[in-house]
Amino acid sequence: MKKIYFDHIAATPVAPEVRQAMEPFLGEKFGNPQSLHSFGQEVSLAIEKARSQVAALIKAEPEEIYFTSSGSESNNLAIKGLALANQKKGRHILLSAIEHQSVLYAGKFLEKLGFEVENIPVDSWGWVDPEAVRRAIKAETILVAVMMANSEVGTIQDVAEIASICAEKEVLFHTDAVAYAGSLPLDVSSFPVNTLSLAAHQFYGPKGAAALYIKKGTRLLPLIDGGIQEGGRRAGTENVAGIVGLGEAARLAAQKMKDWQQELGPLRDYLIEELPRRVEHVVLTGHPRRRLPYHASFCVRFIEGEAMLLNLDMKGIAASSGSACTSRALKASHVLLALGLDHALAQGSLVFSLITGNKPQDIDYLLEVFPPIVERLREMSPLYAKFKEGES
Amino acid sequence: MIYSEKVMEHFQNPRNVGKIEDPDGVGEVGNPVCGDMMTFYIKVKDNRLVDIKFQTFGCGAAIAVSSMVSEMALGKTIEEALKITNKMVAEELGGLPKNKLHCSNLGADALHKAIEDYLQKQKKKEAEAKSAKSHQSKESPKLSCPYCEGPLEGWEEFCQACQIELEECPECGLPRKKGDKCPHCGATPVRV
Repeated sequence: MKKIYFDHIAATPVAPEVRQAMEPFLGEKFGNPQSLHSFGQEVSLAIEKARSQVAALIKAEPEEIYFTSSGSESNNLAIKGLALANQKKGRHILLSAIEHQSVLYAGKFLEKLGFEVENIPVDSWGWVDPEAVRRAIKAETILVAVMMANSEVGTIQDVAEIASICAEKEVLFHTDAVAYAGSLPLDVSSFPVNTLSLAAHQFYGPKGAAALYIKKGTRLLPLIDGGIQEGGRRAGTENVAGIVGLGEAARLAAQKMKDWQQELGPLRDYLIEELPRRVEHVVLTGHPRRRLPYHASFCVRFIEGEAMLLNLDMKGIAASSGSACTSRALKASHVLLALGLDHALAQGSLVFSLITGNKPQDIDYLLEVFPPIVERLREMSPLYAKFKEGES
Repeated sequence: MIYSEKVMEHFQNPRNVGKIEDPDGVGEVGNPVCGDMMTFYIKVKDNRLVDIKFQTFGCGAAIAVSSMVSEMALGKTIEEALKITNKMVAEELGGLPKNKLHCSNLGADALHKAIEDYLQKQKKKEAEAKSAKSHQSKESPKLSCPYCEGPLEGWEEFCQACQIELEECPECGLPRKKGDKCPHCGATPVRV
């Protein structure tokens, strides 16, 4: 059976160049980078090379890049680390309502310590109004976090504007760029951001390799204490192969990003235009234009996401119903509810996120197999039956 | 795959999907907040379930459970069908992932509700036949969560099954979601 992968937001395939770059570090180059001998030193050099590669991707200085194990760890380190290091100035934190769980739950953790955490609402496209951020900032506010782009609805935020407002108000600003970095150009020197998260598995690198950019001069408390790795801000023996993979993936992304954009953007537009034509009662979620180049997301009325995913999988198509982190949780996505969707509609969420190599024929195949799946599930649905009764 | 082969088989080829136009009993459970909704329709003849149909909004497990329940109950007597438990359904399906067990609860509950509906209609018919003036005794209502239909042991402020906060509706005395319009009598909470 034909197999088609539309689940970029869960993980991208590891590029052959990345795998090649990693392989020696799973074999003969096994030294501990902190060791003084030659085994350690060649590995240490590889890590510093990766640091420069990641820095180049976002136009940062290499010493501003800190390696972590995941986007979630990067977000935790930023939110908790910044809040704990700066609590003397105040204990009020603003997080957008559609942040990833690793940001929102870091906020819940801080609430238990006595911080006041407030959500910034989004509009029906999942967009944060920078002026809403300005209005929400109080004298006690020390930190604002708004993601660059959301992986469930694809909407890109006006992060540069929000960062400027925060700088003007002398409030720290964190942005989660996990879904964004590697797919669109990023220049941290062009807007005043204190910390920024990115993860390799979102741009053809390995899982378990991520980074946090920490702007020079930003005070931050480490979460993992111990050795001197990562300048003492993240102790623990390095995931060397993963870090090298992240570095190579960053180099590749910087080089190929434009090509990927040109390859996937039109496919995304075709899907966004065509799917609602083929199936009735389908709504696009997120902003129609200001969205990630690889991202198309919908809610299908009267049926539930998981049932659609299982059926698509049987046809060889891999997609997702929101964040991979919540695919086994049963509640409707907090992101879709924040956009103002009702629970029933939010349960029918589907995300098609494209990877390089996807072809127009793949979209056509999806458009061919999807309508009968929806029809079959709707035939079973009491919500659809009620809707039909109301119509007639 | 997160599901057993049996679950996937029922999910792909669900038995008894649909609606009975003139049912003897109807049972509706669940709501979109907890993610699943099921409606069961039954036809009863000589105390046996001679036809069962269902409609389900929900995940793969919810659809497979509905199908399995309908298959297990079809042809059974009322008493036998009432003995079908959630556990039996899950076992019959070769097990369900832990976070999907509540789907099997919904399945058996929807069937039982349809049977209760049938029995109540029967009672009503008998009572009407016996005497037009029969006085209906007012039973104290059995409390259940208005959102997931899960049973509540007396007054609880929190439904463990679907994780929502509850309060007593001052108008009708039944449980409703805290701060929400009452699903039983429609009373809206007073905004302070």
